[in-house]
Amino acid sequence: MNVVACVKQTPDSAAKLQVENKHVTWGDAPLIVNPWDEYAVEESLLLKEKFGGKAMAISMGPESAMEALKTCLAVGCDETYLITDPALKGSDVSSTAYTLAKAIGKLGDVDLALFGRQAIDGDTGLTAAQVARFLGWTLLTYVIKIVEIDPAAKTIKVERMMEEGRQVCTANLPAVVSVVKGINEPRYPSFMGIRKAAKATIPVWTAADLSLEASKIGASAAAVAWEDVYPMPVKETKVDMIEGASPAEIAANLVDKIMAEKVI
Amino acid sequence: MTNKVWVYIDQFKGAPNPASWEALGFAKKIAGEMGSGVTAVVMGSGMDAVVQSAFAFGADSVMVCDDATLTDYRVEPYAAVLAKMAAEGKPEVIFGATSTRGRDIFSASAVDLNTGVIVDATDVANKDGALVVTRPVYAGKLLSTVVCKERRPQMILLRPRAFPAPAEEAGKSGEVVKVAPVLDEGSIVTKVAEYIVEEGQVSVDSAAIIVAGGRGVNGSEGFDPIRTLAATLNGAVGASRAAVDAGWIPYVHQVGQTGKVVSPDLYIAAGISGAVQHQAGMRTAKVIVAINKDVEAPIFNLAKYGVVGDLFQIVPALNEEFKKRLGK
Repeated sequence: MNVVACVKQTPDSAAKLQVENKHVTWGDAPLIVNPWDEYAVEESLLLKEKFGGKAMAISMGPESAMEALKTCLAVGCDETYLITDPALKGSDVSSTAYTLAKAIGKLGDVDLALFGRQAIDGDTGLTAAQVARFLGWTLLTYVIKIVEIDPAAKTIKVERMMEEGRQVCTANLPAVVSVVKGINEPRYPSFMGIRKAAKATIPVWTAADLSLEASKIGASAAAVAWEDVYPMPVKETKVDMIEGASPAEIAANLVDKIMAEKVI
Repeated sequence: MTNKVWVYIDQFKGAPNPASWEALGFAKKIAGEMGSGVTAVVMGSGMDAVVQSAFAFGADSVMVCDDATLTDYRVEPYAAVLAKMAAEGKPEVIFGATSTRGRDIFSASAVDLNTGVIVDATDVANKDGALVVTRPVYAGKLLSTVVCKERRPQMILLRPRAFPAPAEEAGKSGEVVKVAPVLDEGSIVTKVAEYIVEEGQVSVDSAAIIVAGGRGVNGSEGFDPIRTLAATLNGAVGASRAAVDAGWIPYVHQVGQTGKVVSPDLYIAAGISGAVQHQAGMRTAKVIVAINKDVEAPIFNLAKYGVVGDLFQIVPALNEEFKKRLGK
């Protein structure tokens, strides 16, 4: 069983964001592996431990994304690949999905491509589905449990988290699976792992290495273009502290206010 | 079928996602500006009632694919039908509700249609037929405006509860076009074995009222008063990451950056300090009420009404008071 986790490097969720000239910056806040993708990486390691084969990770991004892949190596991934090329700058979801699909194709013998449910920067949650469509693979999103895999029969059974509850389904491999929190507890890198990762040379793939068509990548190919980005307007709310001599009196005063809001 | 504006109606086991009607209501406005009617796209099996509801909520016509292969939601047959319909009908825009299914179906069919998808729209402005969409990014710390410039259809999923629900007018009808499925059962690899559904619980996704607990509830039984109040208000039970990680309540209840993003009319946060990651999931709630022992808790910076006190005294007292007022 060969599994590849697709990871994105994002600013830390606690980073103070600034917008300059429609570009989002985060000062010297650390860049991290998108927290949702940590579950994908962990699941790839668990599947490798159970079934053998390789746990791999790929990332598309600037040179700095190398660091995210080093984190993947440090927790135990066997191989990682960075997809980076100036021509990819400004790619939208579908160009990104096209590129990742080509990279997964280049890896060759892959049974499962794992994604976090969404990235905490763009917050779209669309990429996994589009990669599956480009590859023509089975798509299973919002997976909270891989119930079983039969590597010989090439089948998979999962529990998917929908709004109404869990949907249990079976399907065929190869598959693209997006995972949610709760599927596992991501491990921390080991000391040995960090040393190994520090010394590792991560292969770099360019647009040419993946035989990407120029008309399908980068800002000029983007179907969806960012026009503007700006800080969320701050809601000027001054909290109205409700007081009273007893819990019952506080409750009565608070319910007066809530009823006046006409939200019930 | 010449309507330029379509709306995909999301449903689970015949129950429409209420956010689909919000999308339909908004689509009607955009269609009016484009001089067009609105076509609702319905898929599933036994969809007669959903088709009727689509007319009641404002659809001018309905395209329906009613087939046994669509009984259970699976992306393959659903996306195949939407992609085929859109390739033939050539709408300018297809709206839908942001949901797990909406994301799947729109993403997959957009690849077939060589167009883009925009999710989680909180506002849409029509600039001569090109829709400029506002959507939160970076966990709601920033807003972006995006446009699907040249390719069509524009595929836009609206965030639930960000657009007003239209009024339901029973007895309306219109043209119904029946569409055949694209895939037969033999060519669909995904098979649904079963559902594991928590019965009788309101889901936080579309709830108008949410009562949520955090670290301060101090254990799984600590959620009892929260559940009781939620039941009195016909609301859903929410939770912070701390409460979920502690194992006090299942993940499906988690609100925040790594959980659900919600925007109810009323959000009562009990024993939740209000870390930035939690705020990312609930800051757009209309009225936020915070109950916390710690007057310094950041949740009070976001709340309209606050109570500094013990949630185990305040929440039961609130429940009694609401029962009185609501005649329960």
